[in-house]
Amino acid sequence: MADLYQVENLRLSFPDLTRKPLLGAAPRTEILKDLSFTIPRGEILGIVGGSGSGKSTLGRVLVRLLEPSAGTVHFDGRDITHLAEAELRPLRRRFQMIFQDPMSSLNPRHRIGRLIAAPLRLHGADDPEKGALEALDQVGLPRSFASRYPHELSGGQRQRVGIARAIALRPDFILADEIVSGLDVSSQAQVLALLERLVAELGLTLAFISHDLSVIRRLCTRILVLHRGEIVENAVTAELYANPRAAYTRELLDVIPLPDPDQPWI
Amino acid sequence: MLDGRSQIRRKIGLRLWLSGGWLLILVLAAVFAPLLSPHGPLEQDLFLGRMPPFWVAGAEPGYYLGTDSLGRDVLTRIIYGARVALIVALVAGSITALVGSTLGLLAGYLRGWVDVVISRLIDIWMAFPPVLFSILLIAVLGPGLVSIIIAIVVIDWTRFARVVRAEAMAQGAMDYPASAQIAGRTRISTMIVEILPNVLPTIVVLLTLEMGIAVIVEAILSFVNLSISTDDPTWGGMISEGRTSIHQAWWIMVFPLITLFLTVLSFSQFGEGLKDRFDPVLR
Repeated sequence: MADLYQVENLRLSFPDLTRKPLLGAAPRTEILKDLSFTIPRGEILGIVGGSGSGKSTLGRVLVRLLEPSAGTVHFDGRDITHLAEAELRPLRRRFQMIFQDPMSSLNPRHRIGRLIAAPLRLHGADDPEKGALEALDQVGLPRSFASRYPHELSGGQRQRVGIARAIALRPDFILADEIVSGLDVSSQAQVLALLERLVAELGLTLAFISHDLSVIRRLCTRILVLHRGEIVENAVTAELYANPRAAYTRELLDVIPLPDPDQPWI
Repeated sequence: MLDGRSQIRRKIGLRLWLSGGWLLILVLAAVFAPLLSPHGPLEQDLFLGRMPPFWVAGAEPGYYLGTDSLGRDVLTRIIYGARVALIVALVAGSITALVGSTLGLLAGYLRGWVDVVISRLIDIWMAFPPVLFSILLIAVLGPGLVSIIIAIVVIDWTRFARVVRAEAMAQGAMDYPASAQIAGRTRISTMIVEILPNVLPTIVVLLTLEMGIAVIVEAILSFVNLSISTDDPTWGGMISEGRTSIHQAWWIMVFPLITLFLTVLSFSQFGEGLKDRFDPVLR
């Protein structure tokens, strides 16, 4: 089985409560419309699109924070589309997620050591504290940070903690949802370099959600372009930048600020 | 890598010292009432009725805050009254907090039909006028300390439920509960281990407010003679008695009133002070 994820005819809709009639059910708004794609093992897949394109929603379906309305999601050959939380829990150690805003995704009342050890402890690892310290080493943070609270860290450091928490379980797959969009440029570069290194070292499969095509270009092997809940393009990175087929992709490429506008992308 | 953020230490504010100090005095007075009181709480001396406090001419030595119309020592009765007030504050406040917060947390975090049921219950509950409701309850249950505590819990749990529900909802919308789910935590465990610690400062502030309110409710019920037996000293009972002779002997009413005022104020300020001091998150 070469494909880690197989997504077929995926649909997701939410009831639109703003248009709910006084009596009766609210009409449903389609967020994801009939998506099919695969993520092969070892691939770094970039998912791009504007706001409201459904890229974060798609990500949350992949890690099953959301349940699809229709279609199937296979993870490593196993159908996880409608698995109940109890059946899903043992599988969760294999797919992890790094969130956009670590200030919101790290419990402000837990110390860093406890935050990173939590997934290890919940999956019955032998020595969660030791595992947490090793994860801190891997993301290049001093071990003394284990006794700190998230608010005592800078933005870049917090995002490293988010990464440490995700890799602590040695997962097969990590979803990174806009993980550098809240950081300044130098922290962005550091966090991306770290992620790149870890993906290579640990043999991870990665889905990287972003609206920033220059970040995606540096990191990803293949790119999925989403527009209004539909896949408008799914191509290998070099090919997409050289020869964008969809009109929307060309629009996205055109708005990237270039240091030298006369120099072409490739 | 190190920066100054972990080095910040906050001072214990004046607010916490003053309110905590007053509450400590009150607790000590209540616990050691028999040792501290100059007289017995029920000890009468009809020849010494309506004696003024010690700095007014004509005061009787040994009766520092004067006597009431039956010659009972006002200071002694305030000290014994603190016992009832504090028991009601602690027991009624805690049970109310426990019941209300549990329901609020369940409604705010689990949402769905749990939220619908609990929220409708809160709406219906709050449509009852509280004072009438409590008087009615006491009338049915019969006067007594336990009845007062039950009445306070039954009426005031909605205060906690509403606020904790809103707070739990706000916390639930953050990413860390989702992150806990990704890490493999169950929903109930997420609620208790992740959400509850973040809602706790709010609960503590509400609890101290509620303790103040419990003291007031007890005083109101004593005032209308629906508290414990009329002989036993309560601040509300003293205020009620002093009201009839306010023009001849102001001290019978004023001293318990000041005590009540300071106590309720201290409870609310203590809660705010605690929150400022012990919240690890600098907001």
